[in-house]
Amino acid sequence: MLAATAAAILATMAIALTRALLGPSVYDRILAVNLFGTKTVLIVAVLGFLSGRPDFLDIALLYALVNFVGVLAVLRFFETDRMAALRARRGADS
Amino acid sequence: MSPHLIAEWAGNALLLVGSLAVLVGGIGILRMPDVYTRLHAASVTDTLGAGAVLLGLCLHAEPGIHLAKLLLILLFLWMTSPVFSHVLAKAAYGEPVRPYTGATG
Repeated sequence: MLAATAAAILATMAIALTRALLGPSVYDRILAVNLFGTKTVLIVAVLGFLSGRPDFLDIALLYALVNFVGVLAVLRFFETDRMAALRARRGADS
Repeated sequence: MSPHLIAEWAGNALLLVGSLAVLVGGIGILRMPDVYTRLHAASVTDTLGAGAVLLGLCLHAEPGIHLAKLLLILLFLWMTSPVFSHVLAKAAYGEPVRPYTGATG
């Protein structure tokens, strides 16, 4: 059952990569990358148990932390970018 | 039937549920029409899928530090997934990414 779970998670990761490549907007890509990251956490945990070395859980925990902060940083970048563009447009109007 | 065997079977059942939820969410993220509905599909894999898989692993693990780590990962994923969904929807809604309403043109 562990191997079947690993296969399902790998298939979902492949689908997420497809969505990240297809887009169409930048938010679709960020969403797909976040999904890929959380599935990486899951597959590291599952593979740790599959190979009989549960110490891999440390890596999964660390990856969960780094993934969340990284994706949120990218999102903030795009949001502030949009706010700056909006402000510049208002400045040009007045 | 020993408690150990029951725990293993329950763990396998939870892993199966988690695999199905993860797969359904993956198909949803490919087939849904716009960002907001895809966000909904991705949330399913993050809550039900990750929850069931990690709880299934908990039932396979020996009591101890590994169990605590699994629960810590689960807690963290459950706390951060709604935050991410909220921030992404908020960022996308300001852009001209209009929600899909079924109307064409």
